[in-house]
Amino acid sequence: MQEGSGSSSAAMPGAEVAVEIAGLDKWYGDFQVLRDVNLKVARGERIVICGPSGGGKSTLLRCINRLEDWQRGRIVVDGLELTDDPKRILVVRRDVGMVFQQFNLFPHLTVLENCTLAPIWVRHMPKRDAEALAMNYLARVKIPEQAHKYPARLSGGQQQRVAIARALCMNPNIMLFDEPTSALDPEMVKEVLDTMVALAADGITMLVVSHEMGFARQVADRVILMAEGQIVEINAPKNFFDHPQHERTRAFLKQIIH
Amino acid sequence: MTPATGKSYTRSETAPALPAPVLRRGIAGWLRANLFSSPANVVLTLLCLAVIAFAVPQLLRFFIIDAVWSGADREACLGGPNGNAPGACWAFVRVWLGYFVYGFYPAGERWRVFLFFGLLGFGIVWLTWLSAPRRDVGAIYFFVVLPVVSLILLGGAPVLGLASVPTAMWGGILVTLVVASVGMAVSLPIGILLALGRRSTMPVVKSLAVIFIEFVRGVPLITVLFMASVMLPLFVPERLAPDKLVRALIGVALFASAYMAEVVRGGLAAVPRGQYEAASALGLTWWRLMALVILPQALRVTLPNIVNTFIGLFKDTTLVFVVGIFDFLRTIEVARADPSWAAPNVAVTGYVFAALFYFACCYGMSRYARTVETRLARGRR
Repeated sequence: MQEGSGSSSAAMPGAEVAVEIAGLDKWYGDFQVLRDVNLKVARGERIVICGPSGGGKSTLLRCINRLEDWQRGRIVVDGLELTDDPKRILVVRRDVGMVFQQFNLFPHLTVLENCTLAPIWVRHMPKRDAEALAMNYLARVKIPEQAHKYPARLSGGQQQRVAIARALCMNPNIMLFDEPTSALDPEMVKEVLDTMVALAADGITMLVVSHEMGFARQVADRVILMAEGQIVEINAPKNFFDHPQHERTRAFLKQIIH
Repeated sequence: MTPATGKSYTRSETAPALPAPVLRRGIAGWLRANLFSSPANVVLTLLCLAVIAFAVPQLLRFFIIDAVWSGADREACLGGPNGNAPGACWAFVRVWLGYFVYGFYPAGERWRVFLFFGLLGFGIVWLTWLSAPRRDVGAIYFFVVLPVVSLILLGGAPVLGLASVPTAMWGGILVTLVVASVGMAVSLPIGILLALGRRSTMPVVKSLAVIFIEFVRGVPLITVLFMASVMLPLFVPERLAPDKLVRALIGVALFASAYMAEVVRGGLAAVPRGQYEAASALGLTWWRLMALVILPQALRVTLPNIVNTFIGLFKDTTLVFVVGIFDFLRTIEVARADPSWAAPNVAVTGYVFAALFYFACCYGMSRYARTVETRLARGRR
């Protein structure tokens, strides 16, 4: 087990900020999903967000690459504020990789084509280079031998690892994981978590929505509890799990750790 | 294994012999399984056999045995061979075949139509044969080179020594194929654009697409043809007014596009939201997201419906006769009205010939779609 690197609930001073979220409010109709969310994520920091379902975790994550828009507040990613400007949104998205609960691989393309699509069409990389890059990342997620298969032929765990490789092929500075293991059969959870642990060791900025508490303990610099659209607690994993400050956190932890 | 131990789940005595299996192989087995498996099926089978026994010999007699195969005019088709009542008058089709295929296209220039058929067939095979090499080049050939070459070839270019042939002289299968292939080649891309427009978040684009689709779908093809034929010249100067065939082509293409748009829209709706999100998250622009991720999946789902629309379009081309264009069916109509071929069986023969042609084309499209579907299903799953 590795300790959280001395970080506390406040953003690390001096470190370069990867994501800054300030005063974020979002409504679906009359229902407020995000209430005054403030968060600074330092470059290289690994954050795990947990909390009850419907608490706004996924919505917050999806705001960071503008898959969702919001009504009030601002988000700055790598020094670039997200506005309605579509060009700016594209620039941010190129820099932010995302892994979804349902994998969302492109079923009409092979594993390799899934990985080379964005490097070729977004980064304008020559096909040969893109394929070399993709094979490199597929090797890192330990499935280079599946490169020429279609996603439907792969297990859930393999598909999710391809999805991670696909995101990495864009060389993102920030990776977003939206419940990456929730749709997996139990025996496949470990292979995906192992991939993510290896990724964390490389120092990439990670925001992970997950209920895998073992993963949070091992990898996270800070753990966040979100409920009813608010950030309830931000804490180093050791404190979060062993000495939670809020009653809400204690209740949540009691519920998920049987 | 160990003998019976008295446990309740082990057998203590030999199982009774099963009845002998029903014969499942060979002709007798096949007949029993498929045709005579129950009393109701026996009755149905016998009924079908009776219908076949009644109809097939009559059809054979009419279309082949008693048919008249050669002759120069109606006299030949008034009495059948062997003194029987006359059957189908194939002599009529033989004599008029050139007209059915080329219309009034000048006899000396008909090689150009023939060459066009060859180029068109080559393009269709290149595009539709899934393992053909360089199908991207094939698409350029079909959608860019072929239309230009065909226009020069069929319409004529005095500069190149090709006498000009006004479209009023085109007719028959030539016109049917020109109208159908232009309709198909234009309606698919325009239909895709309209479908995308209808799903657009931009209010102006969206309402334009909706208005066009709903208006065109809300009126009969005949109306669209009349409008294209009569109203179009009102909007453009006399000198620039496109010729009659082009006007009909525009009408058919617009009509088919509106239907194609709805077919494609169904396919777009079938692509899960996660696909849009995954492609957006990678930073693809909207056009690339559509072209590389969404449309390939949407068109694959809708392939049967696209072909269905093509088949409908192919048969609808017969309606261009209302604006005075001599398509294949119209040439048969004209020929059968010729007094020198006024014989009782001439009309029937002509229509059967037309039916065979349309059936061959439509069934071919349908079979091709089935082949592609099974192949795609095998490849991706």
